Amino acid sequence: MSLDEIKIGGMGASRRRVEDNRFIRGRGNYVDDVVLPGMLHMEILRSPVAHARIRSIDVSKAWEIPGVRLVLTGDMMATRNLAWMPTLSYDTQAVLATDKVRFQGQEVAAVIADDPYIAKDACEAIVVDYETLPVIVNPDQAMASGATLIRDDKENQPDNKVFDWEVGDRPATDKAFEEADVVSEIELHYPRSHPSPLEPCGSIADFDRSTGKLTVYMTTQAPHIIRAAVALVAELPEHMIRIISPDLGGGFGNKVPVYPGYVISILASILTERPVKWIEDKTGNLISTGFGRDVYLKGQMAVRKDGKILGVRMHTISDHGAFFSDAQPSKFKIGLMHSAFACYDIPAAHLTAEGYYTNKAPGGVAYRCSFRVTEAMFFQERMIQAAADDLGMDQAEFRRINLVRDDDFPHRTPFGFLTDSGQYGKCLDVALEAIGYEQFLKDQEEARKNGRYLGIGISTMTEPLGAGNSREYDILGIKMFDSAELRVHMTGKAILRTGAKTQGQGHETTWAQIVAHELGIPADDVVVEEGDTDTAPFGMGTYASRSTPVAGAAVAMVARKIRAKSRKIAAHLLEVSEEDIEWELGRFYVRSSPDRGVTIQECAMAAYSNMPDGMEPGLENTAYYDPPNLTWPFAAYVATVEVDPETGVWDVLRMVAVDDCGVRINPMIVEGQIMGGLTEAYAMASMQFITFDAEGNCVGSNYMDYLLPTAWETPGFELHEVVTPCPHHPIGAKGIGECATVGGPAAFVNAVMNAVEHLGVRNIDMPLLPDRVHEAIATRSDISGAPPVRTDAP
Amino acid sequence: MTSLFEEITETSVDIPVRRVTITVNGEKRSANVEPRLLLAHLLRQGFKLTGTHTGCDTTNCGACTVLVDGRPAKSCTMLAVQADGRDVMTVEGLATASELHPIQEGFKEEHGLQCGYCTPGMMLAAKALLDENPDPTEDEVRWALSGNLCRCTGYQNIVKSVLWAAEKMRNSAG
Repeated sequence: MSLDEIKIGGMGASRRRVEDNRFIRGRGNYVDDVVLPGMLHMEILRSPVAHARIRSIDVSKAWEIPGVRLVLTGDMMATRNLAWMPTLSYDTQAVLATDKVRFQGQEVAAVIADDPYIAKDACEAIVVDYETLPVIVNPDQAMASGATLIRDDKENQPDNKVFDWEVGDRPATDKAFEEADVVSEIELHYPRSHPSPLEPCGSIADFDRSTGKLTVYMTTQAPHIIRAAVALVAELPEHMIRIISPDLGGGFGNKVPVYPGYVISILASILTERPVKWIEDKTGNLISTGFGRDVYLKGQMAVRKDGKILGVRMHTISDHGAFFSDAQPSKFKIGLMHSAFACYDIPAAHLTAEGYYTNKAPGGVAYRCSFRVTEAMFFQERMIQAAADDLGMDQAEFRRINLVRDDDFPHRTPFGFLTDSGQYGKCLDVALEAIGYEQFLKDQEEARKNGRYLGIGISTMTEPLGAGNSREYDILGIKMFDSAELRVHMTGKAILRTGAKTQGQGHETTWAQIVAHELGIPADDVVVEEGDTDTAPFGMGTYASRSTPVAGAAVAMVARKIRAKSRKIAAHLLEVSEEDIEWELGRFYVRSSPDRGVTIQECAMAAYSNMPDGMEPGLENTAYYDPPNLTWPFAAYVATVEVDPETGVWDVLRMVAVDDCGVRINPMIVEGQIMGGLTEAYAMASMQFITFDAEGNCVGSNYMDYLLPTAWETPGFELHEVVTPCPHHPIGAKGIGECATVGGPAAFVNAVMNAVEHLGVRNIDMPLLPDRVHEAIATRSDISGAPPVRTDAP
Repeated sequence: MTSLFEEITETSVDIPVRRVTITVNGEKRSANVEPRLLLAHLLRQGFKLTGTHTGCDTTNCGACTVLVDGRPAKSCTMLAVQADGRDVMTVEGLATASELHPIQEGFKEEHGLQCGYCTPGMMLAAKALLDENPDPTEDEVRWALSGNLCRCTGYQNIVKSVLWAAEKMRNSAG
């Protein structure tokens, strides 16, 4: 009698996505598609130089252009106390520059006009007199004695340091190194990159003086955080602020921070009493909004001859640009960097971290990862390979010796996190078997005799996904829970709203599947809505792979509340006591007489038409969910490559990915997330980086300079799965959206390094551009990728 | 653009406009445009066909791809006046009232899209390919789509979507 869960689009169904129905018809509704009556258009004038004092700004010519409605500068923002704004990382950031510009692309003035072409013309008519200052483009320059002070706007900021931070057990780690047979070292730069969703950032602010209500359509991954920030910072009443995040053309962490453009468009709408649309162009997006990475990582590993790791030291120096605005919600200055080595059983570890201001765009956002986890796992897996090489031990065997065993959970990680589940060894075995590890090693040896360089790279890692729990994670003091509200209509159809915000992850499809799983209501009967703060319950949005671990859990919990009420209704309808009722998918029945039952749809109708005496009518509820822990998915990625020694070009021969993200709600969507992540991993390893020349000019300010892989370069991927349910998640799921971006880069880089290690090359910094690989091979030396970029490169 | 009236504003007085007539998705449409107006903006703001997206403004990402006389063109770097007298197809022209185009079906069936932003351009680039080559290899699909960027899917499913559509179109043709 029970329903077929797959047929109703429940858990485990590769249900085709409902959001596709509008996207494939060109009927999506992105911010730039929204048109409001009387709408004006805003354009931002950006600084062409990286560090300069502003002597004067002359906007008179801009005002003379017909169709210009408003020209804003920092001084005018200052009269409203809006020239500066707080960041989500307890720093301040200039909205429009008043005193100095501190990076190329910084917002200097804004024009609001009848159409965007006029606004652009008027921006060009603004004359700014800059007195240039010495430019700092990396932490080495920032920490040098006598370095120009970038943040002279701040009190108690005598130098360019943002923070010092440390974690771990220094004495125990020192002792581990004293006992080591081999001490291995590695030093890396994880280059600055940009999440670069295809859709840039933008907003439409619409202030209605008659009601006092401010409505803002905005490209944000976290609409409720924006509403809170506007309420707390601009001191507008919270119930008079409505943030709507419509369809988003990707996010990847880039759409978490609050950007100056949003703030300026809000003030412009208040001043003009008209809706004001701001749509950033691609260059604006690449040179001014939240970048990712830009961290120097250095460390050592203490190893015993038999392969056992005794201890790890790490030191990180991060470049945060001109304003510390990485928008990360952990209580730790360098995010979750200390989740490094979580999958290995290592008794002692110690990490120190420093952050610096430079004359580069602000950020350090979590680009498709939890905060700094990508850097952590890259360092971890490069360190592991270096140690295996120094020991002369097979890299797979070295990992197997040190991976946490299945019966060792819960496991305290080297820096104090608690992991709860996994089958690490099995994942590695599945990956090695799929790639044909032993055979490849033989092929590699054979090929080397013929002057061909083959390489194989492994990356195994578990990472903390799903910020938060509220003990350790907050943004501006707001705890990192999430929410779901489920309203079942009388005919058994339903609407579900959550505090998360889909950007392509397919929430409209998967959340309905969780409802189907919990209630037996077919997924097609559940509509999902997110992104409107006037209608959605309060939640913290979507990033850090937190949707399924937190909001998805809330969906299951609210459905269970609905089921609990429906059970009472069922008992009433069946005229038995609640204790005599049993549940099967979609139906309650009498235990002693299974043929007597009522469907969930019949219970829904009764909730509106025939409820028991004294019961509140209706069938709806809300659940707020604060997870007890992060989720810890595991992945084993193995790549094989061939490097052309003549050109330095390397091709991916195969890429095998084994992911254990617990129970998969929609396997098709999960695999889509993994393939997307692997592509970004390949991009980071091979081509994708944003760097700066010595004057602070951004090299990578458009898609001709900032290389992203196309269908032509991107390799094919072979996916495998292992399932270890999350013990604390209501449906056993773990985060997955970011695993491949986090764990993938090391597999590609380790593979290339493995191909050239016999030449004595130990490290080439990402991206592994052909000229870097070629130079490493030709000179038999390591290649650093730290900016400024060489301008004499061939 | 058809409207009962066109407001004469201070702005509009001195700017020269040119009349263009373009067949958009089979329908002849005319508009007075500034010579510098981009085709993407005429389609989006003028003709309200917002399925054509602009991503990079530099002809690199392909989100704005439309078919001009059957060939893929990046409408963010093509002037509206260059399309005068020509035939333009946008994503809105793919499906009929009752039926999706096989390429649209393929993208849904093979999970060839996530955020949907690149999808219209991808589908039109794919259409141009399949119109010329009904039985492409995987490499031919990858090459034909190499002017279009996707940040979400990793392309593998996009390629499968196009191959799915090719097979369906061959089957229904033959």
